[in-house]
Amino acid sequence: MHHQKYRLIVPFLALPLLLYGVFVLWPFAQALYFAFTKWRGFSPNRPFVGLDNFEKMAGDRLFWNALGNNAKMLVVLPLVTIALALLFAALIAQGRQTIRGGGFYRVVFFFPQVMSAVVLGILWGFIFHPTIGILNAALHAVGRDDWQRTWLGDPQWVLWAIAVVAIWSSVGFFLVLFIAGMQAIPMDLYDAATLDGAGRWRMFWGITLPLLRDHVQVAVVFMAIGALDLFALVQVMAEKGGPSRAADVLARYMYDLAFSQSQFGYATAIGVVLLLLTLALSVITIRLTSRDQVEF
Amino acid sequence: MAGARMKATRRQPGEWLAGGGSHLLLLIWTLLTVYPFLWMIITSFKSDQEIFFSPWTWPATPQWENFARAWTDASIGRYFLNSLIVVAGSLTLTLLLSAMAAYVLARFPFPGNRLIYYTFLVGLMFPVFLALVPLFFVVRDLHLLGTYQGLILVYTAYSLPFTVFFLHGFFRTLPNEVAEAAIVDGASPYRVFFEIMLPLAQPGLIAVGIFNFLGQWNQFILPLVLMPDPNRYVLSQGLAFLAIQRGYESDWSALFAGLTITMAPTLVVYIIFQRRVQQGLTVGALKG
Repeated sequence: MHHQKYRLIVPFLALPLLLYGVFVLWPFAQALYFAFTKWRGFSPNRPFVGLDNFEKMAGDRLFWNALGNNAKMLVVLPLVTIALALLFAALIAQGRQTIRGGGFYRVVFFFPQVMSAVVLGILWGFIFHPTIGILNAALHAVGRDDWQRTWLGDPQWVLWAIAVVAIWSSVGFFLVLFIAGMQAIPMDLYDAATLDGAGRWRMFWGITLPLLRDHVQVAVVFMAIGALDLFALVQVMAEKGGPSRAADVLARYMYDLAFSQSQFGYATAIGVVLLLLTLALSVITIRLTSRDQVEF
Repeated sequence: MAGARMKATRRQPGEWLAGGGSHLLLLIWTLLTVYPFLWMIITSFKSDQEIFFSPWTWPATPQWENFARAWTDASIGRYFLNSLIVVAGSLTLTLLLSAMAAYVLARFPFPGNRLIYYTFLVGLMFPVFLALVPLFFVVRDLHLLGTYQGLILVYTAYSLPFTVFFLHGFFRTLPNEVAEAAIVDGASPYRVFFEIMLPLAQPGLIAVGIFNFLGQWNQFILPLVLMPDPNRYVLSQGLAFLAIQRGYESDWSALFAGLTITMAPTLVVYIIFQRRVQQGLTVGALKG
């Protein structure tokens, strides 16, 4: 019997573990070493240089530029996306109110989420296009030619244009998440609030939001991790980081260093920074938002 | 419930106005979501002159040849096929290997079980960008760079942590009785897995399968690094190549047609399975 058990366990685990070890664990482990080497990919040996890559980073204007753009996205993307998703979720499904067509809105709002960021980026690249784009055409139609811009060609706007796409495509995802959360809130809380004469606005702040805390926390972590990536959108909408690198982000800069400039060691060091930022953000968010759990 | 709602409506006369305001906001967002896609589809039937001079109008005559040009000249057809080959392979392998590992880890106690389970979970925390450079060299040294097999194996490996985690939870909740009865009847452990447990796990496999299908179909950074052969570009990679590197500005209409071709299957699948797709995707957030 015992023998038979292992005849199943060993082969069933061997192949998954082999693939996972070779393509996931081994590269991650190597990355933690590569980051401390100066390696251009040509020589077989990888000279160990200690913290040189990280010192270089400290003085690298392009690194700080990319990090700064990530930081702006870190503030704006979670805030705006979650605010919009909460608003729409509350309009559709708070308490006993069920809006007509709620299911329709949910299906429509969610759709961009299933499309690849590349398709969305190219599509919005056309929307922002200075000559054939509908944004400038719309501004022309309402007589605001003075508001027209080159958008993705304008260092002041390119990052925000990308932020618009990131927000636009994520709102539906969090809407569905929040509606699922709202359905778990006991109805008698809303009934009691209604008896007390509370309006929708007060119910939202008093009942819905506190009881959705876990969901909002998950959403913040998800969106923050998304803001640290943005690779596909930036790559498609702002080639080489956009005009004056105004939309460059760490992921794209790192990709560029590695695969266009063969600075493999330095690029991997930036990957390590991305890892540390991801971990730090998850920990901070969970600490900040889980002070007191609301029980019901 | 309907009665309670009506009573509430009567008590608050402002409710109707609030409802109207809600619809107004929701309809604005609907328009903002739908119109870009609609514009894309309409534009893909236009000539380049119409795209340039009349952004708002319908095409005078639908230019079906835009789609033919996109499919053949712009290689969208080939990219499509490449994506299909890669994702068919990686999705099958992901579900099979994850189910095997998750089943064993969830239902058989043995020394090292927890350790292996947590080893899989660790993979959820690391951003793929950290592994990118070493991964490139691992794949190159295995002579898998630029091959379908390489992408299939890498997609599978990076899908394992979440899929194992998800199915592990699923297999734990499955009842024991059927499997035990089969074992008493002398069924081999393999038959128990393939003929009893896998069919029982079907709802879980579908949910996590949708999640992985979209993730792998839309994957961009991995093929960008691991698939340098233009003949084997996958769809998102090929589209990005057309849009940027080749500066396809000279043939906008074909690029719009390419976008529409790319969107069409996803749209159809989404409309048919929208509830399952939403569950499949959000399940990651709720569980994770």
